[in-house]
Amino acid sequence: MITIEQRAEFRKHFRNNISRRVATDKIVKGIVFGCVLLAIIPLGSILFEIIRNGVPVLSIDFLTQPPGAVGSNQPGGIGPAIQGTLMLIGLSSLIGVPVGVLGGIFLSEYGNNKYGQTIRFFNDVLAEFPTIVIGLFAFAVIVLSLGYFSILAGMFALSIIMLPIITRTTEESLKLVPVSYREAGYALGIKRSVIIFRILLTSAKSGLITGIMLSVARIAGETAPLIFTILGNEDFFSGFDQPVDALPLRIYRLANLPYDSATAQGWGGALVLILIILSLNIGIRYLFLRKRRGGSFRITTGG
Amino acid sequence: MAALESQQVDRMETLTRTPIARSSIEASRYKLVAENIVASYNGIAAVKGVNMKFREKAVTALIGPSGCGKTTFLRCLNRMHELTKGATVTGKVLLDNQDLYSNKEDAIIHRRKIGMVFQKPNPFPTMSIYDNVAAGLKLNGVKDKKIIDQIVQGCLEMVYLWDEVKHDLKKPGMSLSGGQQQRLCIARALAIQPEVLLMDEPASALDPIATQKIEEMITELKKEYTIIIVTHNMQQAVRVSDYTGFMYLGDLVEFGETKQIFENPRNEITAKYVQGQFG
Repeated sequence: MITIEQRAEFRKHFRNNISRRVATDKIVKGIVFGCVLLAIIPLGSILFEIIRNGVPVLSIDFLTQPPGAVGSNQPGGIGPAIQGTLMLIGLSSLIGVPVGVLGGIFLSEYGNNKYGQTIRFFNDVLAEFPTIVIGLFAFAVIVLSLGYFSILAGMFALSIIMLPIITRTTEESLKLVPVSYREAGYALGIKRSVIIFRILLTSAKSGLITGIMLSVARIAGETAPLIFTILGNEDFFSGFDQPVDALPLRIYRLANLPYDSATAQGWGGALVLILIILSLNIGIRYLFLRKRRGGSFRITTGG
Repeated sequence: MAALESQQVDRMETLTRTPIARSSIEASRYKLVAENIVASYNGIAAVKGVNMKFREKAVTALIGPSGCGKTTFLRCLNRMHELTKGATVTGKVLLDNQDLYSNKEDAIIHRRKIGMVFQKPNPFPTMSIYDNVAAGLKLNGVKDKKIIDQIVQGCLEMVYLWDEVKHDLKKPGMSLSGGQQQRLCIARALAIQPEVLLMDEPASALDPIATQKIEEMITELKKEYTIIIVTHNMQQAVRVSDYTGFMYLGDLVEFGETKQIFENPRNEITAKYVQGQFG
């Protein structure tokens, strides 16, 4: 037993200096706030620069026309690049999303063994792979074997980049679904596969969508793998055996040209790219998550 | 048949060290019989060879101190225990003389006959009130909208929730209060038309009024269902159950009519427990 005297003695050991505590609290608050500022400054200044330089270029022609002759007074637009980027996002998602989500389901529901651990490890390695290597891989596998640069090769490379991100976020958000929902499903005599697809996936929806959007944002801005796969094009999409254009590639090319009008168009392209990602993100969230205001249940992972 | 019954009674008497009134037992029939259930987690036995028989259309309560294996035993009865990682079960569970553990693939079908209600209300978060009750039907292949409507209303009426929610069926199940959520979960369990209902401390997270509603409901439900309820609340066991089993350290110490267990326990430990001397 602890005696009353002992208790009084123990109390003396606690720190009682309130003013010092308040001071420490303020300093830590200051540091944290400063770090947030530090992180926001680059983001803010990039956005500011892009909007300042990009907005003046925006016009219907700029968004819909193919690029004009270099250095001429008819600069044209970035229509093919916008088209190419949208197609690439769509086609890559066509492969990346289902395979990634199914992979995530596998890891979360069936991957609690050596086999799953191995896959999880390589999946994480793939997520950290330099994307230029993936571009080279797509070049070797698709471009060289088909004999031409095409959107197919680009889609292949970008879906490989999407895969590990989606797999990981799907796995994590499924693991966050409380065991009690699984058990409720089992207790109703529902098959495991139906529980996964109809109960767990809907509960983890918001985490899943965050993962998909992260990966879409990532591939929309990729440049390096596109150089080896879609090559770039001045014209609109004309077939699956032809090179196509994409916004990051176009921005890269425009920024390298020694003309002010081209650089200005590059800024415009960057602004359009950011707007595309932003509107996709908001649009998809609105479409899939709007019904959920009543529920207090929410899962988010990643950014 | 009678000889076999009598043999089983003998065996149970020895196993539970509790004399059983033969005449009353032979008069009614058993819905569910658990034989020599041993359940363990990672090799450590939580239930050590329990034999128990559950009378049809009666409420059987399982009482005992925390960690005595009541919930684990309950989860063995509809093969939920084996879903936990590292958990193993041996023994037999006979539902209408059919062994649940004889065939691995049949667990799903068995669980449809043996419904379960959990300690914490767990309505599906993304589903409406209606869809929560209909989940076990829709996800098990029932497509007829009329049948589903009929069952949803019927089950919500059985748990006395219909009048409270009939205008809000589209609202999320999570928007209900704790007590309502638990009754929703009971309705969901009833919707798959089970014959046995397992309840794992269904009122422990609820206030006295919600608890009372659930207890009234259990009394009403026992007219049609065989109910097995785990409870920490001894008054609750007295109020709702016809038979009571007292478990201690993974063993079934005493099993008999509720009145006898509480008023005239034959075992010393049971006596101490029901008098509140430990637990």
